Amino acid sequence: MADSGSEDIAVIGNTDLTPSESQNNLKNTMVEKGTSLLKKMEISVAEAEKRTGKNAVNMQETYTVYLIETRPVDAASEGTSPVPDSLWRRYSEFELLRNYLLVTYPFVVVPPLPEKRAEFVWHKLSADNMDPDFVERRRVGLENFLLRVASHPVLARDNIFYLFLTEEKAWKETVFETGFQAKADSRLKALNATFRVKNPDKRFAEMKHYGDELQAVVSQLLRVRARAADRLYGVYKVHGNYGRVFSEWSAIEKEMGDGLQSAGHHMDAYAASIDDILEEEEHYADQLKEYLFYADALRAVCRKHELTQYELETAVQDLSSKKQQREELATGTVRTFSLKGMTSKLFGQETPEQREAKLKMLETQIEEGEEMVKDRNVECEEFVKGAWTDIERFKEQKDHDLREALISYAIMQISMCKKGIQVWNNAKECFSKM
Amino acid sequence: MSNGGTPRSLPSSGQKSIQEICHPLSAEESARSRSPDVLNPGEKDLSLPNGTPVDTSSPASSSSLLNRLQLDDDLDAETRDLFVTVDDPKKHVSTMETYITYRVCTKTTRTEFDLPEYSVRRRYQDFDWLRIKLEDSQPTHLIPPLPEKFVMKGVVDRFSEEFVETRRKALDKFLKRVADHPVLSFNEHFNAFLSAKDLNKRQGLALLTKMGESVKYVTGGYKLRGRPVEFAAMGEYLDMFTQKLGTIDRIAQRIIKEQTEFLMELREYGPVYSSWSSFEEDLHEPLEGVSGCVSNCSSALEELTEDMSEDFLPVLREYVLYIESMKNVLKKRDQVQAEYETKLEAVVFREDKKTPMPTDVEKCQDRVECFNADLKADWDRWQNNKRQDFRQLLTGMADKNIQYYEKCLAAWESLIPLLQDKQDAKGETN
Repeated sequence: MADSGSEDIAVIGNTDLTPSESQNNLKNTMVEKGTSLLKKMEISVAEAEKRTGKNAVNMQETYTVYLIETRPVDAASEGTSPVPDSLWRRYSEFELLRNYLLVTYPFVVVPPLPEKRAEFVWHKLSADNMDPDFVERRRVGLENFLLRVASHPVLARDNIFYLFLTEEKAWKETVFETGFQAKADSRLKALNATFRVKNPDKRFAEMKHYGDELQAVVSQLLRVRARAADRLYGVYKVHGNYGRVFSEWSAIEKEMGDGLQSAGHHMDAYAASIDDILEEEEHYADQLKEYLFYADALRAVCRKHELTQYELETAVQDLSSKKQQREELATGTVRTFSLKGMTSKLFGQETPEQREAKLKMLETQIEEGEEMVKDRNVECEEFVKGAWTDIERFKEQKDHDLREALISYAIMQISMCKKGIQVWNNAKECFSKM
Repeated sequence: MSNGGTPRSLPSSGQKSIQEICHPLSAEESARSRSPDVLNPGEKDLSLPNGTPVDTSSPASSSSLLNRLQLDDDLDAETRDLFVTVDDPKKHVSTMETYITYRVCTKTTRTEFDLPEYSVRRRYQDFDWLRIKLEDSQPTHLIPPLPEKFVMKGVVDRFSEEFVETRRKALDKFLKRVADHPVLSFNEHFNAFLSAKDLNKRQGLALLTKMGESVKYVTGGYKLRGRPVEFAAMGEYLDMFTQKLGTIDRIAQRIIKEQTEFLMELREYGPVYSSWSSFEEDLHEPLEGVSGCVSNCSSALEELTEDMSEDFLPVLREYVLYIESMKNVLKKRDQVQAEYETKLEAVVFREDKKTPMPTDVEKCQDRVECFNADLKADWDRWQNNKRQDFRQLLTGMADKNIQYYEKCLAAWESLIPLLQDKQDAKGETN
């Protein structure tokens, strides 16, 4: 069953995608139906559930699982809407999937997961991971993540991703069988080491700089936004106090009483309206947060490019030093001061046989080195090509998404203003009748 | 000296509340006739023919009274014949002191004034002088409050534009209230204040009231026997009202504080969009647009906050002082009644002598009733003023908030096309 399933995916991922279509996908990269995997199946994270169990060190822990539902698009369009396939996943499994994608597709700006812990919160918003609002926002975020991967021209075809959606039990083993973990470890080590590229690619350097700036500005924006939300909340809620005092005051008035009383109700309504407003604004904040994390993904790609470039440069340097050694050995001259030169002076010349053997060894090493440089060159070129394509795709997606986010933010502000005008008009009518 | 004419016309209206409301509000004539008689005992007879018809006509028509009450806003405006404004504050610096004077302009058709128009300059202490004079010469009346003299030093700059403007508004309100009062507006000190080139502040110093004497009767916690329920109710009302105003004042202050802090965040929030826009290509304009929009909203918010702290709070505080003035009048009334009750008791103790009630006690009774009538009239006038003032104040607050939201709305609505434009164009080329 599992086998035939994995057969299927390979087919799903690759068929029907003519080059022109995939080209189209590169351009039209928004999370929409009609792109790659989403053409075949509907994906949703339908609900979240709290569970309790034992963790690795046998400690009792509470965690949240999310229900992933998939159903073939064809069936849905025919109106038969069968029971969707569904399975439960934990956040940590999403993380595992993303890590796998990061290692396997180093040239892709991998869609980020929603935040692990609530950040940039204002006081009314709970930072508790078990908070229902937080869980709900994360559910939406996880669904968005799946849709983004499913609509990505490269990632959508991944076998492991398909299994993530369809195979609850066997999936984890399959991921580890890919051996990505080992690769991840060595990559991580290499990435953490400090290295300096001699000839950095200007485009990637700029893109990395852009990622830095984007991350800095969006996090600042989110910080100030959270503080402003706190203040706005205060402004509205304090108006609610008018509601009470007007009502009390109305009790000692005759002609003014009715007007005051009803104006008080409008003040109550005004104070209550901020809850919905800020809840909506939180959605905007989540959209910004996605790009805050996207900035990190973008920087990761640039960093991996640097590493690839560095590996190429190291190979080239290695080769040229081998070549230099060969030259020295062949001509017997030592251009620069070296240990070898010293030893030869101290212990006399090597025998011709020895030299011959050394030369031979160097010869093979140079051959290997040349092969290596060639490979690295190809690797680097491919990386640049793939990465740049994906970065272009990402840029377009980003411009589109953020523009949409700004529009919905503006619309939200407009509706808030309209609500404000309405409430104050109502109150004014009451006041003018006093 | 006011015991001659007025008390004779008042007793008949003494216990009937409808008439009492009617009396002060009814017409300028009755008011006009009464004030001279306080000042000029010689003319007291005039009050009789004018006062009596009102008294006899009123008991029948409580409905006509209602009509009058409803109409009185308009009536006031139509019959007003004394217009006073305070404007043009000027700073004077001398070696001795620095102070502000305000121009007081008067337009009137009243014959008590020699000229139809006056323009004089007065400083705060002149206003203060006037208020003391009014309080002394019209002890039975509610004298509107002046803005507080002492402001916390260091916290408020006494010569700042905002402070002077707030004070000017309060002084203007004070004079207008006096000018609209059917009795106070005929006070000679008021006349002098409005018209005299130089205020002779010594003038009228001798005119000390008899009311002052009755203070001694209330010392030692004398308890009134027969304080009419309505006055007790007034006191209770004022206490409650003070409390509510205090709460409203605190709420308004907190809102201003929250708004000010919100404004500070917005001032930081807008520019972040701007710095973001600096390194985006396609998003440059939209982000710049949002930044501008937030900045517009900040300005609108700043205006709202300023309006609230300069127009809303001072009026609230003035009303707290107004209530204090009213409480003072109530206290004075109690004192006058206390004097009467003490004297009456003394007489009752020697009841057996069967002598007629001494005129002294009768005079006292007259004075109590006169005071009651004046107070009730002022109370109703005050209630009416208060209703109008708060209607205006709260409607104004609603208006300011509406304006604020309308400005923000306009800013965000004008942003939408800017956000959409390029996208549509792109959609077409795709």
